[in-house]
Amino acid sequence: MTTQQVVAPEYLFFEAERERQFITGSEAVREAIKRANVDMAISYPITPQSESMHLVGDIYAQGYLKEYFRGESEFAVMSAVAGAAMGGVRVFTATAGPGTLRAFEVFPTWAGARLPVVCAFMTRGINSPLTIQPDTIEMAFLLDTGILMFHAESAQDLYDMILKAFVIAEQTDVHIPVGVFTDGFFVTHTREEVATAPADLKLPPYNPYSAPVPVMDMENVPVRQMRDPFVMKSNFISYAAHASWQQEILAAQERARKHVRRYLGGLLEAEHPEAAVLVVAAGTAVSQGREAVAAARREGLEVGLVKLKSLRPFPREELRMLGRQARALIVPEFNRVGWLAREIKSVVEDTTKVIDAPRVFGGMTMPPELILAQIRRCYA
Amino acid sequence: MAVSEYQVRPGPEGYLPPAAASMGVELPERGAALVEGRVVPEEEAFQAIAEKLLAARNPVFFPGPAVLWAWKDGVAEKAEAVLKLMKAVGARAIPMPDYRPKYPMINPAVEINPNHPNLTIWHNRIDVGVFVGVHCHYANVALKIIRGGTDCYTIALCGEMGHEDAMITLRDVDIRKLERLTDIARALAAAGPLRTGVMPRAGTAV
Repeated sequence: MTTQQVVAPEYLFFEAERERQFITGSEAVREAIKRANVDMAISYPITPQSESMHLVGDIYAQGYLKEYFRGESEFAVMSAVAGAAMGGVRVFTATAGPGTLRAFEVFPTWAGARLPVVCAFMTRGINSPLTIQPDTIEMAFLLDTGILMFHAESAQDLYDMILKAFVIAEQTDVHIPVGVFTDGFFVTHTREEVATAPADLKLPPYNPYSAPVPVMDMENVPVRQMRDPFVMKSNFISYAAHASWQQEILAAQERARKHVRRYLGGLLEAEHPEAAVLVVAAGTAVSQGREAVAAARREGLEVGLVKLKSLRPFPREELRMLGRQARALIVPEFNRVGWLAREIKSVVEDTTKVIDAPRVFGGMTMPPELILAQIRRCYA
Repeated sequence: MAVSEYQVRPGPEGYLPPAAASMGVELPERGAALVEGRVVPEEEAFQAIAEKLLAARNPVFFPGPAVLWAWKDGVAEKAEAVLKLMKAVGARAIPMPDYRPKYPMINPAVEINPNHPNLTIWHNRIDVGVFVGVHCHYANVALKIIRGGTDCYTIALCGEMGHEDAMITLRDVDIRKLERLTDIARALAAAGPLRTGVMPRAGTAV
């Protein structure tokens, strides 16, 4: 194994001197996993995610991980990841688009089993005719699986969020999976300066004995598989137990809020939040929004930018407050269905303030001029 | 401090009550505790726990796997401290040895199961129940079901971060805290009787 020193998460995240590297988003994943003290990574190729797990394989060869292998399919990978997590080790994997959907059954299973798996999703289109291009539609499907969802705008976000995701996921009061999402190609295959902690530092190891469910290492009490299904029983109390179990997963999401605030600095970030018009976005739509906001402010228009970092838990109170004082919330998205605008409408008091546009998909880029046009309409 | 106005009171709260965390009740930070959904200083919770246990008709501890087996150093000593506390407040124990759903074979006189804890509480007419050494997820599920269907007052002595669905919860409970709680209970008991009722029956609990 490569020699690394274990340091406190707070030191690794906030205090260690950082080095700037000019790297791709996929390489940022590699750099995060180098420092994450991951025991096991399991991979399966799918564009645009393949490169990141290939690079994780490279650092396995260098001794940064104890185990790495390729599964037979995305479903097999996610199932193997579940087994590893139940056995009490820290695991990582990544997928994208159709791979996400092929493995879909396992994501709510991870959450239901209280497994602190971290999975990177490099989002892409999923519908026919076949596309490999950027699109965030898969996130719409994952919103209600019980996993936590962070959305990276940049390679820097991707590096930081993956590292922090392990620490948030493994909190005893949370202990559910975290998906770290980034827009495929826009982030994974472009290069930017990323500030990384020294590679000879790493997170403390995962302590499975603080888990809210028993780790199944056969030396831990009660020394047997404890998660027998309720489904085979037909009585009220078995249904009530299952319902309460589901509620407990949602409760774990709620408990994650304070940890997200502590480690990510908040569920959202706002620039000029006092403005009458706000561009509210997640992922690379934030970057496009930032350009549009800068252009609008040069024109003298009072516009602010809200970057959503956490989608589960959703920053409902923060958005409700912003929605009260704003005249309009413009929601640009890289998908056809407009899931983010729907989410925002579900929490603001006056849904007519939410402008669910502009929206592009199929791999198209989003010129900031489209967002600027929406801003100008608010002032017309 | 928790900002929720949601009260975590004894039930029955209804058909499918929400988890308290979903109602805005937040777990306490280190050094604090929860009493009925409110964050309070730990010392206040110690006092409240001792009073509740000493005033109970039929206080029962539900020790879970994490204190029933000597699976790591220090557990046997912690179990001893739990026994001393039980003795100080005159409580019985009904263990939670594992978490398998045991429908409908559960014997509520000898064990409690997190998936249908209400049966044990109804069968034994338990008015104050204490969870200790139960893995957090199972404790949360059981505490919520108890709140939904019974009027049992629940207390969680948690080795980790606590439980919103208990009426009183202490976090980071170690031997030192158990001993402190025992000392407070002994002092309170010495000051005069608090118990207003009598145990309805001895049952066959261990």
